[in-house]
Amino acid sequence: MALLLQYTLIYASVLMLVALGGCFSERSGVINLGLEGTMVIGALGGALVMKYMADLPAALMILAVVLGSVIFGMVYSLLLAVSAINFKADQTLVGTAMNLLGTAAATVIVKAINMGENVNNVSSSIQYIQQRKAFSAFKIGNFEVSWFMILAVILLIIAHVVLYKTRFGLRLRACGEHPQAADSVGINVYKMRYAGVLISGFFGGLGGIVYITAGVSEWKFENGVAGFGFLALAVMIFGQWRPVSIGLAALLFGLFRALSNVYTGFDALVALKLPSTGSTPDPKRRLQHASVHHFPCSTGTVLQELQGTKSGRHPLR
Amino acid sequence: MNTKKEKKRFLEIGGVQTVIASLICIILGLLVGYIVLLCINPAGAWDAMTSILKNFLYFPRPEVALEYFGSTLAKTAPLLMCTLSILFAYKVGLFNIGASGQYAVGAGLALYLALAYQMPWYVCMIAAMIGGGILGGIAGVLKAYLNVNEVIAGIMLNWISLYSVNMLLTNVKESSTTYTMALKTNSPDALIPGLGLDKLFSDNRYVTIAIPLAVIIAVLVWIVMSKTKLGYELKATGLNKNAAKYAGMKEKRNMILTMVIAGCLAGLGAAFLYLSGIEQWSCAQTAVPAMGFNGIAAAFLGGLNPIGSIFSAFFIQHITSGGSYVDKMVYCAQISDLISAIIIYFCGFVLFFKYCMNRKAKK
Repeated sequence: MALLLQYTLIYASVLMLVALGGCFSERSGVINLGLEGTMVIGALGGALVMKYMADLPAALMILAVVLGSVIFGMVYSLLLAVSAINFKADQTLVGTAMNLLGTAAATVIVKAINMGENVNNVSSSIQYIQQRKAFSAFKIGNFEVSWFMILAVILLIIAHVVLYKTRFGLRLRACGEHPQAADSVGINVYKMRYAGVLISGFFGGLGGIVYITAGVSEWKFENGVAGFGFLALAVMIFGQWRPVSIGLAALLFGLFRALSNVYTGFDALVALKLPSTGSTPDPKRRLQHASVHHFPCSTGTVLQELQGTKSGRHPLR
Repeated sequence: MNTKKEKKRFLEIGGVQTVIASLICIILGLLVGYIVLLCINPAGAWDAMTSILKNFLYFPRPEVALEYFGSTLAKTAPLLMCTLSILFAYKVGLFNIGASGQYAVGAGLALYLALAYQMPWYVCMIAAMIGGGILGGIAGVLKAYLNVNEVIAGIMLNWISLYSVNMLLTNVKESSTTYTMALKTNSPDALIPGLGLDKLFSDNRYVTIAIPLAVIIAVLVWIVMSKTKLGYELKATGLNKNAAKYAGMKEKRNMILTMVIAGCLAGLGAAFLYLSGIEQWSCAQTAVPAMGFNGIAAAFLGGLNPIGSIFSAFFIQHITSGGSYVDKMVYCAQISDLISAIIIYFCGFVLFFKYCMNRKAKK
């Protein structure tokens, strides 16, 4: 039960952060479909920090990782800002390109780094077993609170305040709702939209690093972030583009996402004999792994790799 | 009118502009890709670039090169279908990002009918088409009646269909691997016939009538879009839904019809690939098929023209296949994904390129 709660909260944090990013961008008038790619690049930034600054003390480590991913995310989102705001490019097209580019670029970069270190290492994974431990704030029994959960809640409050209680937020929303009107009262629409897209890059990058450190100690960049950026867009729409509603929507989506990781711990769900993708080891084994934080990402490959069991037994067969 | 046309400068002709803009995208994409290669390892960059661009010409013997040319063509056919699917929807103002899902459903139905019921190829193909069409129709109905953004609906349907197809095809997979059973041994009737085309490509049995069929469909799409009443109505709906309604067109029906046709095209594309036997579906697949996304690239690179997309689809497939020939000790195959992603990104700037050309022509 504690595990379910923990995973629900961490997934909800990821979805909420990324959805908030999408919200800021759309409120300023730019649809950011490239959040998936932004997440991958942000995750790459954070993972690189963890790889190359492995022996920082815990507090500095968190700061450096967050900074790394946020900067990568923001720089990457500039691709969207420049093309969509200055060059009037098709936002959907650029977003799609960014998603493809994010995964491809991250894979190429990580593989190049791995091959540079060891010619025979052609994997696209980065490991961060020790570094990851810095992120857990405290434990209540089995339930581990991550610093990222706390950060997510703080950012949610800040996002709400910024969007509804400040001059900047009002102007940002005006640019999205009626750019001509905003322009006529002297607001620089371009600047506001740049701000919106950059904020979405900030949240997207942060969401990326939270996602890849959520439960695993190694990330295979070939997999990207397995559709989480798109899921976050759904959360954003479900939350009606309002920060607080987005937070609640993220909790709901996060709960179901977490259930798919730990459902083997619930007899009622196991009895349903739901088909699952990837391998399905017997429940006890899965739970053991879950408790040492090696649960499968939706791809299942990480778990399979760790277990060395590539060919899974399928319940339907 | 005639004299006016003659006076039109070379750079002002729409078609010429489109071709030039696409070429600029390709060159910029390759250039940036080359710089990335240089950053990773300056020594092998040129070799890697040439092997990506050469693809099948990498093999010195002409027969072997011809055979691999055939394989590239066999994979171009499904890509072309996905391209047409996206292009068709885009002309009507809809962004069919759900092409991947429609493609997955097409693959699922085609393979399931072939392997579980030993159906002949044309039945499988039609089933794939209908399956894709229904999925496209769902997104269309949601858009027309409930005003659900077709991009979001498409993305969600992609994942739903991917996992459903994985579940369905697990029933017909090989017991030792995650791949579906080979068509050649288990259901030879379901293989699309070659009709002698395979002989042209050094007996490459993956070369089937799917390739000419895809080209014919591309021409058909062009005719429907630009020469028929239906195409006119669809385009009008895309330009302004309310104006179309005012002019007496059934705008909701048009929207749904567009998505159904787009879905059919994508589903058929999957049948073209999987019924040629060149690839088997992996039931442990956890990423939406890339074909649909590459289709977006090809559609925009082809200047959103069905005929242009024949060439752009071939180019995209050409560099994707070429990626497997780069020196694995220095670079990884994903470098070609990177290049095609950069090319798509630059396609966003096509409007700007055209604007520059217009300004230059006026001077």
